[in-house]
Amino acid sequence: MCVGLNLLIGYAGQISLGHAGFYGLGAYGSAILAARYGWPPLAALATATLAVALIAWIVGKPVLRLRGHYLAMATLGLGIIVSVVLATEDGITGGPDGMAVPPMTLGPWVLTGEKTWYWIVAVALVATVWLAQNLIGSPRGRAWRALHGSEVAAAALGIDAARHKLSAFVLSAAIAAAAGALTAHYAGFITPSKASFLHSIELVTMVVFGGMASSFGAVVGAAVLTTLPQLLTVFKEYEMVLFGALLMATMIFMPQGLVPTLEKAIAAARRKPD
Amino acid sequence: MLLRAANLTKRFGGVHALQELDLEIAPGAVHSIIGPNGAGKTTLLNLLSGIYRPDEGRIFLEAQELSSRPAHEFAAAGIGRTFQNLQVFLNMSTLENVMAGAWLHQACGLAAALLGLPAAARAERRARAEARELLDFVGLSRWADAPAEGLPYGALKRLEIARALAARPRLLLLDEPAAGINPTETREIDELIRRIAERGITVVLVEHNMKLVMEVSQRVLVLDHGRRLAEGDPAEVSRDPQVIEAYLGVQAC
Repeated sequence: MCVGLNLLIGYAGQISLGHAGFYGLGAYGSAILAARYGWPPLAALATATLAVALIAWIVGKPVLRLRGHYLAMATLGLGIIVSVVLATEDGITGGPDGMAVPPMTLGPWVLTGEKTWYWIVAVALVATVWLAQNLIGSPRGRAWRALHGSEVAAAALGIDAARHKLSAFVLSAAIAAAAGALTAHYAGFITPSKASFLHSIELVTMVVFGGMASSFGAVVGAAVLTTLPQLLTVFKEYEMVLFGALLMATMIFMPQGLVPTLEKAIAAARRKPD
Repeated sequence: MLLRAANLTKRFGGVHALQELDLEIAPGAVHSIIGPNGAGKTTLLNLLSGIYRPDEGRIFLEAQELSSRPAHEFAAAGIGRTFQNLQVFLNMSTLENVMAGAWLHQACGLAAALLGLPAAARAERRARAEARELLDFVGLSRWADAPAEGLPYGALKRLEIARALAARPRLLLLDEPAAGINPTETREIDELIRRIAERGITVVLVEHNMKLVMEVSQRVLVLDHGRRLAEGDPAEVSRDPQVIEAYLGVQAC
């Protein structure tokens, strides 16, 4: 999930505050197809992911013309619309109370239990990071980073800015949707809060904290920021305050994020002895 | 003619940056565009690379009309450029900058790249080797794996040239490649421009350094206030009384 958002923010340089929206759409899309229409969950997940990719493509076309703050505002609006729709359409989504989601099945097997899911998530994560790393090292990944570095120079090299921003946006939305759907089938229950603005902010925090333009950074960021609140349950009500403070501290002391900063520190320490 | 532009006009608000300019660039050779500050040189380069759209006029590369096309199609047609205010991809290494420059010639399937298939790996190795050759060509080999943001100013200027060459342009537009660099580096740029021309690439040079312009170019176009003031070989232009007047700022009264 964060790896996907990182592709967009860290490599292509576009900000999205609406990714929880895509995550929520994926989760609900898959849940509704499986629960209300009796689709096999795996087919529901794939369909929801493709549908979200299509939505992202349609929305992205006009929205990605915007830059900087304007893009942030537009994606923020998108995320809010999704979470409001999910909360109010209670006939389909169960409203703010959420809805039950059938467990994932793979042919005749029903996938439940912590251990099974541990492996599913591990495989999904490794696969996503692997694909993301391959993509980043490919000409297309370089084109995205070029857009981040200098849009005008990228255009002067024949890189179609609008097209490649859109492809980064659609891909990261699709990854978010797949992650949302997977989580929904794992948890067996979803509420609109997962599609909320606060969750979008959390996701951006994870990317920034772990390190922009670093797939491993995104994973580390997600891991730290997911376990941190559980370790600090005493501060329960102050969880968001902590997130805010962490984001600020990261921007001030490690503007590149945790993993790239550590990588540099290690490289520097290695060089010293010679 | 390699490049032909007719009646090019660009206005910014009420200011005529370029007025009804006709331009022809013959293939081969180094063409320079000079003129006082605000004469419209950079505006012309931005029009010829598709960064700006002309308010009036048309641009052709050989038989292909490019006017009103987006900038990336100018690049695909074979027009490369560098930037006066450097536009290096500072988020990449020196080598990756040049590899990104070869974008137009790396049509490898997305699926192959995603799965890291041997075809993608081979294409990547080839791209890397070509980028290294280009870095060698501009004299930046030793910086290849360094992050571009750590490079000295003069090296960044040459990196922009290598990146533009990676796109294999037929026409290369250089926007003040010698601005802000020392005389030794300027001599290196001079020599580099000659070697680029020897490769059969037509060069259009916008430059303030008269010594460089006079030494390296075969044709010189002088702009003033968005209009053509003079055109000819370097010797002709430097004798032209109108050019001398424009440069010395003599008031005609």
